[in-house]
Amino acid sequence: MALLQISEPGQSTAPHQHRFAVGIDLGTTNSLAATVRSGEAVCLADEQGRKLLPSVVHFAAGDKLLGYEALAMQANDPLNTIASIKRLMGRASEDVSRLGNTLPYETVIPAGSKVPRIRTRSGDFSAVEISAEILRVLAQRAAQSVGDELDGVVITVPAYFDDAQRQATRDAATLAGLKLYRLLNEPTAAAVAYGLDQNNDGTVAVYDLGGGTFDISVLRLNKGVFEVLATGGDSSLGGDDMDHAIGEWIISAAGFVEIDARLARRILIAARKAKESLTEAESAEISIADRQHNWSGTLIRSNFEGLVKGLLTRTLTACRRTLRDAGLKATDIDEVIMVGGSTRVPLVQSMVGELFARKPMCDLDPDEVVALGAAIQADVLAGNKPDSEMLLLDVLPLSLGIETMGGLSEKIITRNTAIPVSRAQEFTTFKDGQTAMSIHVVQGERELVSDCRSLARFELRGFPPMTAGAARIRVTYQVDADGLMSVTAEEATSGIAAEIVVKPSYGLTDGEIESMLRASMEHARDDIELRMHKEQQVEASRVIEAIDAALVNDGEQLLNPKERKLIVEHRDALATALESATTEELKRLIRAVEQASEFYVARRMNQSVRQALTGKQIDEVDV
Amino acid sequence: MGIQLSDTAATRVQHFLDNRGKGIGLRLGVKTTGCSGLAYVIEFVDELREDDEVFETKGVKVVVDRKSLVFLDGTEVDFAKAGLNEGFQFKNPNAKDACGCGESFTV
Repeated sequence: MALLQISEPGQSTAPHQHRFAVGIDLGTTNSLAATVRSGEAVCLADEQGRKLLPSVVHFAAGDKLLGYEALAMQANDPLNTIASIKRLMGRASEDVSRLGNTLPYETVIPAGSKVPRIRTRSGDFSAVEISAEILRVLAQRAAQSVGDELDGVVITVPAYFDDAQRQATRDAATLAGLKLYRLLNEPTAAAVAYGLDQNNDGTVAVYDLGGGTFDISVLRLNKGVFEVLATGGDSSLGGDDMDHAIGEWIISAAGFVEIDARLARRILIAARKAKESLTEAESAEISIADRQHNWSGTLIRSNFEGLVKGLLTRTLTACRRTLRDAGLKATDIDEVIMVGGSTRVPLVQSMVGELFARKPMCDLDPDEVVALGAAIQADVLAGNKPDSEMLLLDVLPLSLGIETMGGLSEKIITRNTAIPVSRAQEFTTFKDGQTAMSIHVVQGERELVSDCRSLARFELRGFPPMTAGAARIRVTYQVDADGLMSVTAEEATSGIAAEIVVKPSYGLTDGEIESMLRASMEHARDDIELRMHKEQQVEASRVIEAIDAALVNDGEQLLNPKERKLIVEHRDALATALESATTEELKRLIRAVEQASEFYVARRMNQSVRQALTGKQIDEVDV
Repeated sequence: MGIQLSDTAATRVQHFLDNRGKGIGLRLGVKTTGCSGLAYVIEFVDELREDDEVFETKGVKVVVDRKSLVFLDGTEVDFAKAGLNEGFQFKNPNAKDACGCGESFTV
């Protein structure tokens, strides 16, 4: 007997045509699946009633364990137990070797590949494959919970995930055999879960303090449409740091001197328990007892708050920075949403409440809220809601630019632009007779291409030769709703075009994005000066190029030796100084060449006019 | 005869209505489709239509259009769990034959 769910008015489907949709929060530590049943979003539990699925995969001999069962194997068999795989999604081998020995398992890089694989007793696996395993378990749980096949899923990703990390997540969904409706930013999902999309407009801050990461996002809701204004955070700050702070307190209070791995683990478990009980209780009893140690003590809440206050102050600093990025004051924020288990700590709520001068929203379970929002969005995308117009916008974490002469990055789409977006800009040729142009797509805020990250390179070839500056090449950057990018270049007069879809093969960590942003601020002045200098160098090369071309062409004809010598002298002075001169000197030398060759330019102009008119009747000439 | 909701079904319907924040009741109906001819419709109700009959059962308004009522009269709706799945179930005395899935039936 089928178990039926209540549909929206007029949205009943034919039997076996229901579109069951699931939202998945694919987390670093834990993952969750949620669905909308009879109009209500609920997280789906397993047979034991557990909603969280630890994002851990364990490879036993001839078998695979997931979730809690895998987690239980971590301490004894770390090499075959893969946790926190999200940190490796979309990462290239370079990134992974930088993480180096912080990974508890062994990674290998197959010959001729950029994608690192994790070596286990059952074989080598990529991050995408491991994530697909987690997705598969959640999808299976979902299918059992709705008693039918799934139509599609929405998977959430951090707002700062770059193209490569998003693509890796899509790949994992495909590998798990899931139809991915779309990826959704985690903070946006949280706002949807609280139904804030039902309001007309306002600004929302999403404060997400998880186990090991902190993210702050500022969203703007405009006519029912969400846009991520800015994101920030700290990729290595979370609830685990609170456990460590308590752990250190225990160590000094108990006077432990020699701490081996076993004792350290014991202390951390006790610390975590104390932290959790201090959410409700005013004090927590802690005891560490084994053969060598026997200690017990009491941690009172105010003492605990003193231990973690510094950590929380760091999150507030990141909040302020992100607000500044969004161009807002704390008081401009209409709602603050708490996400992540660590936001249960009362001090977190009061400090965040104080910063934004309002009570943060924490009615929904902070562990579940992202998955619930994803489920609501999935339900809409599956077409189970009438006239739904919930369209969610995301932003680009870093600017997308193009390399121009002199190794400079010209930004075509600036950072924090809402996607989907399409922007075009026209470029021209640098040399006479140029018939091809190399297009280099870069990501980052810095002025020099060498300081940005290279995304793709392609060439536009075969357009007709023209004088420098005459060709009109229109370069269009397009980023779709999932953050995937395509670039087209078209020469206007000939219609010759080329296109590339940017398939990023490796990504940036959130830490790297942050350090790139920080670097762009720290180096702002130097970068601009460097840019101006480079621009003058490019201009100087262009002037030299033009003079040389002209002299070869008609120098003999139009100039006497003395005139020619004067121009060449100035040209040579500029050429010699090209690399060494300052920006100002270059400007002066360029002006000198231009002045010295003014009469020459005039003569050339006259000559070309004469040539154009020779042999023509007056009525043939457009005046 | 009319339509009945079981206690659990009534509680769940009320919960879903409260959660949805609007709606006057629960619409039950049939439509001609499916592998065995007729399929059940179960929806929230925002407005009544001309040919609707309204039954009040355990504090919940159940709305059925007259045409559907012919096939549904005497039905009891229950809320059941089966493994991880849960949902509404029709116990319909008019149904002679249901397809294997139970989503459609013949009279």
